Amino acid sequence: MAAETLLPSAAPVRFVAEDGSRADRGGEYGEPAEARLKEAYRLMVLGRRFDVQATALTKQGRLAVYPSSAGQEACQVAAALALEANDWLFPTYRDSVALVARGLKPGEVLTLLRGDAHCGYNPVETRVAPQCTPLATQTLHAAGLAHAMQRRGEDAVALALIGDGATSEGDFHEALNFAAVFKAPVVFFVQNNRFAISVPFEKQSAAEALAYKGIGYGMRSEQVDGNDAVAVLAVLDDAVKHAREGKGPVLVEAHTYRIDAHTNADDATRYRDAGEVAKWREADPLKRLETYLKSRESLTDSEIEQFAADAEVYAQSVRDTLNAEPELDPLSLFDHVYAEPTRQLAAQRAALAAELEA
Amino acid sequence: MTTTMAQALNAALRDALKDDDRVLVFGEDVGTLGGVFRVTDGITADFGEDRCFDTPLAESGIVGFALGMAMGGFRPVVEMQFDAFAYPAFEQITSHVAKLRNRTRGALEVPMVIRVPYAGGIGGVEHHCDSSEAYYTHTPGLRVVTPGTAQDAYDLLRDAIESPDPVIFLEPKCRYWSSEEVTFTRTGAPMDRAVVRRPGKDVTLIAYGPMVATALETAEAAKDEGWDVEVVDLRSLSPFDDETVTASVRRTGRAVVVHEAAGFGGYGAEVVARVTEQCFHQLHAPVLRVTGLDIPYPAPKLERHMLPDVDRILDTIARLQWDDTPVVAGA
Ligand SMILES: Cc1ncc(C[n+]2csc(CCOP(=O)(O)OP(=O)(O)O)c2C)c(N)n1
Repeated sequence: MAAETLLPSAAPVRFVAEDGSRADRGGEYGEPAEARLKEAYRLMVLGRRFDVQATALTKQGRLAVYPSSAGQEACQVAAALALEANDWLFPTYRDSVALVARGLKPGEVLTLLRGDAHCGYNPVETRVAPQCTPLATQTLHAAGLAHAMQRRGEDAVALALIGDGATSEGDFHEALNFAAVFKAPVVFFVQNNRFAISVPFEKQSAAEALAYKGIGYGMRSEQVDGNDAVAVLAVLDDAVKHAREGKGPVLVEAHTYRIDAHTNADDATRYRDAGEVAKWREADPLKRLETYLKSRESLTDSEIEQFAADAEVYAQSVRDTLNAEPELDPLSLFDHVYAEPTRQLAAQRAALAAELEA
Repeated sequence: MTTTMAQALNAALRDALKDDDRVLVFGEDVGTLGGVFRVTDGITADFGEDRCFDTPLAESGIVGFALGMAMGGFRPVVEMQFDAFAYPAFEQITSHVAKLRNRTRGALEVPMVIRVPYAGGIGGVEHHCDSSEAYYTHTPGLRVVTPGTAQDAYDLLRDAIESPDPVIFLEPKCRYWSSEEVTFTRTGAPMDRAVVRRPGKDVTLIAYGPMVATALETAEAAKDEGWDVEVVDLRSLSPFDDETVTASVRRTGRAVVVHEAAGFGGYGAEVVARVTEQCFHQLHAPVLRVTGLDIPYPAPKLERHMLPDVDRILDTIARLQWDDTPVVAGA
């Protein structure tokens, strides 16, 4: 494919300016329907509340750790909304809000971070891969699964979420290459939130935009204002459609910012200044979409109140779920290591059972 | 039919591709070329590019992509061109392939085979002769098998491809070209069982992969010394077949473990520990090891000094306290 057709827009695609007014960098993309934008708003409110609740639960020791995605709700929600029920989402540790938006129950989303199970939901039923901790490795799984679905004639797409820092890992590059060579129906969605723990983007990559990385692999690429939910949804809808139509994978970079620290255990004041954070707080994706929808009379005050109230109820259910500590069965440690327990595991299981009896 | 191990593996792949549409073969140069060791010779021509194909040159990519395809219902059999070139894929293997079933509490499984031509003895240059079994056997969730004979190459590969668990399939390169009688219907023990290759009364040699042939040769040579040597071929390194091994050692009362890999922290240490724990009262002597040296795999002209051979194994058997001479450790 000719390089020009793969190139991202010169500036990030943007439908809504920071003050909530209509911007004019939407390019070729059509604006998503009003109902979809309203649903995005509802889920962003829910996601923000979930994030605040999860962070609070770390302080009470209910969660071992929580990587907040506050400020990235437009990306989180759009990633889930762009997919059909049959499509697969490949999230990382940071993408809990995307899982909430995909419809997973609060207890299911947080079992990993609470320390109950590595994956608290059924990936086959939910079509959400386990949240991935080793960086960039999931991008290859998404490419492989997308290729498998295509070969089986399934009309499904995989979307892999990845951070800016993780794009430096070899697996990311191998995944882009494999996906492009095999024309796999997969969308790689980079949330460039400017930091990999403490390392700023400038030390991560010399590229002006990570979206430029797609072209070298022969892959269509795009960059988008990650705090503009309208734009992110428009671009991801289009990318998913492109992949679904068999036209090959797409790389999308969203320019956004991580408002909170890397996790609750991290002290972000050691590596970034308050002024920068304050500036990005102003770019709040939630406020922006709210102002925009209100100005177009697509969203009423009573709806806003209703969504906030629903989010409160949801937060309460998160607390309830997390406060009810389930009994964990130590003997389940030996389950699912192999299809059938090996003789060695059976012996160890018996030994632990005896120890528990004693 | 008289066949080489490489041909037996080729036949196993073909039969698996015929029997099960979900089986796919891919990796570096496995298509048109048929693999650098010709294990996949002619498969693309006969089964089409859909079933056996070349990928971009990236080991982590191959394994991670295969995992995704396994999630999507296929049964990939991938080739790592040489042992030490599988290391870029180590992360995918240990963090994902080995653990996906467990992480998802059984919702997803990874029925895939990672074929690794391994070990030395072929005059290969560096990075082409590593014995990497200890890295894989130390990883729960993986099955690790290695054939010592052409018949086992066929049987074990068929079993591995049908296994619902991921299998690291270690192919002893130096045995690829050895011919023997093979039947292409499965004859062997189940994949997780060791076999007694040669019965004997005085001492058990525990070997696997490239060292099975060396152990059998040693057993022949030992007759001159008046020792009747039993040879156990482990076949499955993980899980380990305690029953077959300990039954043999209880009969003979003496055991020597032989492998090419460096001894320190090596697979043989696990075998010695298990045998000692389970056969202590039947043992007439400590269980000894004959292993490669604790050095990076040497240049080809020096490799014969690294590899365990008949003489070194015989010398070790001689140290098994046939009289009251104390055994010297770590020789
Ligand atoms: C292979 C690997 N190396 C290191 C880490 C430790 N680690 C966890 S998150 C992180 C930073 C990732 O940054 P980025 O990709 O930008 O994603 P973000 O956390 O900002 O969403 C690091 C280094 C890891 N999880 N995996």
